[in-house]
Amino acid sequence: MAKIVVVTSGKGGVGKTTTSAAIGAGLAKAGHRTVLVDFDVGLRNLDLIMGCERRVVYDFINVIHEEASLNQALIRDKRVDNLFILAASQTRDKDALTEEGVERVLTELSKDFDYIICDSPAGIERGALLAMYYADEAIIVTNPEVSSVRDSDRVLGILASKTRRAANGDPPVREQLLLTRYSPQRVQKGEMLSVEDVKEILAIDLLGVIPESQAVLNASNAGVPVILEEDSDAGQAYQDSVARFLGEDRPHRFLQLEKKGLFGRLFGG
Amino acid sequence: MAGAQAVKPVLELKGRMMTLTVLRLLDPSVEVLARELDRRVQEAPDFFRFLPVILDVEAVADSDLYLDLAGLSGLLQARQFVPVGIRGGGEDWREAAAAAGLAVFPADRDSAGGESRRRQTGDESGPKAVATEAGMIVTQPVRSGQQIYARGGDLVVMSAVSPGAEVLADGHIHIYGSLGGRALAGVRGDTGARIFCRSFRAELVSINGTYSVSEQFEDALRGKAVQIALDGDSLDIRAL
Ligand SMILES: Nc1ncnc2c1ncn2[C@@H]1O[C@H](COP(=O)(O)OP(=O)(O)O)[C@@H](O)[C@H]1O
Ligand SMILES: [Mg+2]
Repeated sequence: MAKIVVVTSGKGGVGKTTTSAAIGAGLAKAGHRTVLVDFDVGLRNLDLIMGCERRVVYDFINVIHEEASLNQALIRDKRVDNLFILAASQTRDKDALTEEGVERVLTELSKDFDYIICDSPAGIERGALLAMYYADEAIIVTNPEVSSVRDSDRVLGILASKTRRAANGDPPVREQLLLTRYSPQRVQKGEMLSVEDVKEILAIDLLGVIPESQAVLNASNAGVPVILEEDSDAGQAYQDSVARFLGEDRPHRFLQLEKKGLFGRLFGG
Repeated sequence: MAGAQAVKPVLELKGRMMTLTVLRLLDPSVEVLARELDRRVQEAPDFFRFLPVILDVEAVADSDLYLDLAGLSGLLQARQFVPVGIRGGGEDWREAAAAAGLAVFPADRDSAGGESRRRQTGDESGPKAVATEAGMIVTQPVRSGQQIYARGGDLVVMSAVSPGAEVLADGHIHIYGSLGGRALAGVRGDTGARIFCRSFRAELVSINGTYSVSEQFEDALRGKAVQIALDGDSLDIRAL
């Protein structure tokens, strides 16, 4: 049975898709059969970030409406073994996601995979609620700013009350915080909330802190999950997060302003 | 002897915050609704007695139930509810409400998001709460968008009430984490109700409808442990 992991936030543009791609690729590299499912119907971009947009024939909605089989729709990643992508539809709207359809597809995927990563759309409407509903674990992607933290808080409330686990009275969805686009400079200037501030407000475990990094943009333009850029700061921060997700204890990095020498300034991330 | 005497005011309009229970109609059939009401009333007769309710008709807005709105209102009165108005619905509903002597309230900002707000004990949408004779104890954080109402007693929240969350009680409210959202105590007329919290960052606090908002709070109290009581017409907020 697969673990269903939702990557969610409430707010848009905080790094959910970047994170889904990175965590998914990281889990697959660690040997776990992993599938990335794009719930952002109408705005699909997980396939772009994964660099497989030109290989999409059938998508998640086709499978839900039984217009294609899962085997036809699953796209195998060319770089990482054990990694598959189920793309969202660009042409259908979010009402095409039905509760029964989503459940059926997730159940079928559960038989073959160790992890199902659900990349949630922004907001707290249908698509986002469905992406959360069947989750066993949640990665709450938050930027260190007040509105993002507020939205995450709201999503945490929904996770605690409006999921299959809540409905069945099962143990609650495991919730972990991933703070992304973190800039120690801006925290120091008081322009951003610190890790401690966010942890205090949301009161959940910290999975990782991903620094604001040019490497993310470069990687996504190249269609490569940033975790595969092993020398980049963001890539390493995601690697640490995956290791923690799998139970390893690693110290948090990239939280402090680093004093860089000339070499660091020239070549650092 | 008429004329010169100063006129004593006989009417006063006051803006007050009141909490009302929202009854969401989810079926367009009067018979089905009546049967379900009877079942609920039988389960907890005291709970509903003279309970002012707003009928949320959003889910049945497209049906022709509005034709029976007056009848439905009578049906509720016969069961000792006090229907005060409706929420949602189009022009037909508004006309029917006017004819039935019911007010029209603006639609719930949350209903569009598909996330209904917790209104009373037993609703599954809020954090887990344990109701005891003395009141209700909530151990999980109350998150933005959630609402908890301890009807008929005190409310004890063991963790934080986030900004954007709302907690209400007929009695006192105790919050052992930080209060970042709204807290309304004594919502059904208890002027002696109080609010206690460990760290005061509230958006709004209210006792028996007398409220005060963040902007009005003394800076010195921010983040402090405070208690809030009603003092005549205003709130007395002081450090513990
Ligand atoms: N750590 C980061 N550093 C810099 N830019 C980032 C980082 N994480 C995400 N971004 C950028 O932010 C934008 C939104 O990211 P995306 O993952 O699509 O967010 P979401 O899926 O939450 O809408 C993208 O342009 C992405 O490249
Ligand atoms: Mg996205």
